[in-house]
Amino acid sequence: MDSDIGALTIIFTEFYYWITVVLMFLIHIGFCMYEVGVSRRKNHMHTLMKNTMVIPLVTITFYFFGWWIYFALPNGPGITGGLLAAPWAVSWGELMGAHMGGAPADAVTFTAADTNYWARINGVFWAAFLLFSWTAASIVSGAVIERIRSGAFWIIAIMVGSVTWIIDAAWGWHPDGWMIQVLGYHDAYASGVIHAIAGGSALAVLIHLGPRIGKFRPDGTPRNIPLQNPWLVTIGLFLIYTGFWGFYVACNIPILDVQEGDGVFYSATNIYLTPTTLSAITLNFLLSLSGGLMATYIVSRGDAFWTYSGGLCGVIGASAGNDLYHPIQAMLIGAFVPVICYKLHHWVERRFKIDDVVGAVAVHGYGGFLGVVVAGFMLWGYPASQKYDALITPWGNFIGAVIMFLVLGFIPVYILAGILKAVGVLRIPREIELVGLDLSEYAARYSSEDEIQKAELEEARATGLLR
Amino acid sequence: MSTGSFENWHGNMLDIGPLYPFVGSEGLMIILGLVFWIGWHIWQHRMESANYKDDMETLRHNDNMNRALRGEKVLRSM
Repeated sequence: MDSDIGALTIIFTEFYYWITVVLMFLIHIGFCMYEVGVSRRKNHMHTLMKNTMVIPLVTITFYFFGWWIYFALPNGPGITGGLLAAPWAVSWGELMGAHMGGAPADAVTFTAADTNYWARINGVFWAAFLLFSWTAASIVSGAVIERIRSGAFWIIAIMVGSVTWIIDAAWGWHPDGWMIQVLGYHDAYASGVIHAIAGGSALAVLIHLGPRIGKFRPDGTPRNIPLQNPWLVTIGLFLIYTGFWGFYVACNIPILDVQEGDGVFYSATNIYLTPTTLSAITLNFLLSLSGGLMATYIVSRGDAFWTYSGGLCGVIGASAGNDLYHPIQAMLIGAFVPVICYKLHHWVERRFKIDDVVGAVAVHGYGGFLGVVVAGFMLWGYPASQKYDALITPWGNFIGAVIMFLVLGFIPVYILAGILKAVGVLRIPREIELVGLDLSEYAARYSSEDEIQKAELEEARATGLLR
Repeated sequence: MSTGSFENWHGNMLDIGPLYPFVGSEGLMIILGLVFWIGWHIWQHRMESANYKDDMETLRHNDNMNRALRGEKVLRSM
């Protein structure tokens, strides 16, 4: 903060991330509305609270250890080096609190440069990543509604939101991540690091959880459980689209000198510190959204739920390379990926009896996986980052997609959900599922209404209005 | 008496670091936070289990299961 350009850069960056947090908050509101709109009336309150409590639980755990994981684990550890020191990100460090950026209290650990930069960036950068964490956990939430116990879901949400996704971010979404250095992994707007991992995790839970009662006929064919409130679903998905603007720009560093050697060249960069522009990602975001909406409208025969979800899937399918694609490429990829995901969803549903209520495994899991794989082909031979010489390849990105969906998405959550199932806390009792999770809320409401009515009658009698 | 690590804003700003009170007790604060977090899960688990138990008890009484399935009024006292 001792030069004009330095101060402006830091304060602009601080404000920039703060804005992304506000925008990304809309994603969670959208997910809540969407889930409630999809769930049956007898489960509304439970569905809402299940996703709402993701906010505090992932927030505090991401504060305790999630943020540190991102900076400590880019090397694996054990793949390209050891555990890295990240004193600004440990929850007991002074830079995880309100700090003016001047003299550190812990002068042994921190330099003046540390405090100068991280005092202003740490909180907002942490929050931007935290909002990604909510999104990852919330993706799982929609798939499992109407039969999972809230307590079990919240443990899974913490695993996905504050542990596994941030490990994958350290590996494949950090300028020094080993996947960038070794595999040439490229996933600029998080097709794999958010969506594939969350989709893989959702699939793991669904296998243990089983379908909702009545979802499948005795012959194994699926029944359609209609949306309860299509308007709430519509607004929810529009809010998710809106929040995605924050998501996209939060994947960037807004201003950085990207000129190597002599000279200065300021640019926005992606998360790998590779130059990009907001214009490029704005064009590609909108064209991939359009491709997804148009293709899914056709393939679903105009089904509103799938058309909206397909728009989202189009963006997710193009996100891995949306820093570099031409807009028409983004549109065509955005059209191709959701069609495959739509077909896969229905095939998996019939073949394996997977009851994915909101299509999260398809839209996020298959969409994210395919997005990373497609980027490997489309960007073959491009430098994966400015800092390292590794090149993007189909096989590097394919291995990366497997790591995201299977190794960090599916396997850890499959084990965790299996443990929760084994101790009998994964699924709600059958009687409760049949009558609805909101039985207690309704009972309490009826009881309160009866009591109020009785009090009003007594008042009317006492004042002579009623005999 | 001051809980903070600075007493005024008049000096060199580069001398001002942490703004929160009780600097130096961060480790203790994290332990308290972890206790709150883990304790919350234990409390929530007990509360959720008790709630389901009460609901199932209610459903076993009289004709409550049928009433609930038909979307009719069911009270805990019924």
